[in-house]
Amino acid sequence: MSAFVNQLPIGLSIGAVLLLIALGLTFTFGQMGVINMAHGEFIMAGAYTAFLLQNFVLALPAAFLVAGVMGLILERAAIRHFYGRPLDTLLLTWGVSLVLQQLARDLFGAPNVQVPAPSWLSGGVGILPYNRLFIMALAIAGVVAVWLYLNRTGLGRRTQAVVQNRRLAATSGIDTGRVDMLTFFIGSGLAGVAGVALTLIGPVGPTLGTYYIVDAFLVVVAGGLGQLRGAVLAAIGLGLLNSYAEFWSDASLAKVIVFAVLIAFLQIRPQGLFALRSRVLT
Amino acid sequence: MRISRPILSAALVLALAACGSGAKPAAESNEIKVGLLHSLSGTMAISEVTVRDAELLAIDEINKAGGVLGKKLVPVVEDGASDWPTFAEKATKLIRQDKVATVFGGWTSASRKAMLPVFERYKALLWYPVQYEGLESSPYIFYTGATTNQQIIPGLDYLKEEGKKKLFLVGSDYVFPRTANKIIKAYAAANGMEILGEEYTPLGHTEYSTLVNKVMQAKPDAVFNTLNGDSNVAFFKQLKSAGASAETMPVLSVSIAEEEVTGIGVDNIAGQPVAWNYYQTTDTPANEAFVTAYKAKYGQDKVTSDPMEAGYNAVYLWAEAVKKAGTTEVEAVKKAAPGISLDRPEGKVTIDGENQHLYKTARIGVIQPDGLIKEVWNSGEPIKPDPYLKGYAWASGLGTGQ
Repeated sequence: MSAFVNQLPIGLSIGAVLLLIALGLTFTFGQMGVINMAHGEFIMAGAYTAFLLQNFVLALPAAFLVAGVMGLILERAAIRHFYGRPLDTLLLTWGVSLVLQQLARDLFGAPNVQVPAPSWLSGGVGILPYNRLFIMALAIAGVVAVWLYLNRTGLGRRTQAVVQNRRLAATSGIDTGRVDMLTFFIGSGLAGVAGVALTLIGPVGPTLGTYYIVDAFLVVVAGGLGQLRGAVLAAIGLGLLNSYAEFWSDASLAKVIVFAVLIAFLQIRPQGLFALRSRVLT
Repeated sequence: MRISRPILSAALVLALAACGSGAKPAAESNEIKVGLLHSLSGTMAISEVTVRDAELLAIDEINKAGGVLGKKLVPVVEDGASDWPTFAEKATKLIRQDKVATVFGGWTSASRKAMLPVFERYKALLWYPVQYEGLESSPYIFYTGATTNQQIIPGLDYLKEEGKKKLFLVGSDYVFPRTANKIIKAYAAANGMEILGEEYTPLGHTEYSTLVNKVMQAKPDAVFNTLNGDSNVAFFKQLKSAGASAETMPVLSVSIAEEEVTGIGVDNIAGQPVAWNYYQTTDTPANEAFVTAYKAKYGQDKVTSDPMEAGYNAVYLWAEAVKKAGTTEVEAVKKAAPGISLDRPEGKVTIDGENQHLYKTARIGVIQPDGLIKEVWNSGEPIKPDPYLKGYAWASGLGTGQ
């Protein structure tokens, strides 16, 4: 019975991890409609930033900058030329993701590396270790920051205006190119922050991003594009579903159950499905 | 001359092809080509590159000592790319096109199973250097890693001696852990041990909080871990942060060697036992030479591990068999190989004539705070390989083979 009760906080903490990795995608995919397969590699870049600095706290802002700048370069150099061509963007970013993985392998070697966790994160309360609580707190902080940015700052409002009606926004004097750039910078930067947090619980290696990319897209698709609220609810829902499905069956079957539920859900509420609501940026 | 030139070159190609397909490859030259076929890219590259490096070191050393039959060994390196059909394709290429005398290669059981029909079809030789799930003995494969009765069963003997009666089984979801766990369950039933749980996770799985919760609630005396690859990092990190330590929850692993310890983080795994046949710290004269040579060639920060040593041995064992046979011809080498016994870094190994596996000493080690592994138990003498577990009454019904 107590194991059953334990699964509730575990589900919430899985949800927090999902939310953290998907937060950046709610920007690049949700707001801009760019299917960025290299999002996972920005998470990896964040994790390696923590490895290079060997300082967890310092790595959080540093990883935001590193991954953000990588995203910025990717957007300016490549993705920008592919707006309105989602399939080409998918292939392009998939290629970029492979290049970045191989680059990491050449720079840091194929074996996993170790990022020391800060000592104040060892231990825990009840079933939840401090590092899980920290990830939950970070996810909440991330959501609040994103909400404030989108709704309380001029830049954020401009971003929303561009998303809602690009042409009208442009005629109103908003530099849409600059907004795209900034949106991509923030979205990628958030992936970097997630990468630092993931060093607490998972492996740090060249293929790190591939383990999380699908889950990140699941959250954004299930939550509905560009919906921060949706992403939060979807992450918590998927986390709990994962936790209990695995508790009653096993890890492999839990994945099947999660996908089956999600497919059924999208049949009933297809609004989240990007094929039906692709924001073609012109 | 417009017509005769293509005809001439065609004839030349045919002649060359005819030459090449002769029974004795490279008999005319004073070089012997050998194939090295490991994943140099993709998810398995992390492990297999080091085995290739160890094999290249052995080839270097043999060449420096005068080669084999007065000829130099020339390695032909191919990339299996962590993709099983590619392994079969590259094996065919090495055998048919490069006409190598033998191939050293593979890591995952899936890659070995993909290559097996190729080697049997062309009657060529493969030396496979990794511990595996047993239940196989191809006449064209030599197995230089441990089979189950040289690693898993000694591991269970060790846990039994330590008084661990209740076990929890955790593994990745593929052939090796599932087969290993079948054997563990049969052993437990025969030895009065209890299996409290058996859990599998997909390869590459990183979310272990639910599984850790299940393990902690079941309160086993020990966990038997057959997870593979990156999952080990996530599992040990999350087990540690759930408050488990090597004292309260010993986890015996069969896929974690010196290479993997750094990535998991020594803090997360120090004190935990592992089962292998070789450690970097194994105290033999041959090992001292091996570790020194490996570090000199590839860097002082490098470590040596069991699969690397098994690959390194494979080259020496093949060379010994060729010397004994006086030729690189496959059937003659196969005939010469049984009974060959060498003092290797792990101690004495002998090729078994019946199943082409090796007699190997089993060793249980404990991971030290410096990341190396210290031996705490060994089987005393090399154990006869028994891939079908015929010698164990409790295992009858398991070893049905292929």
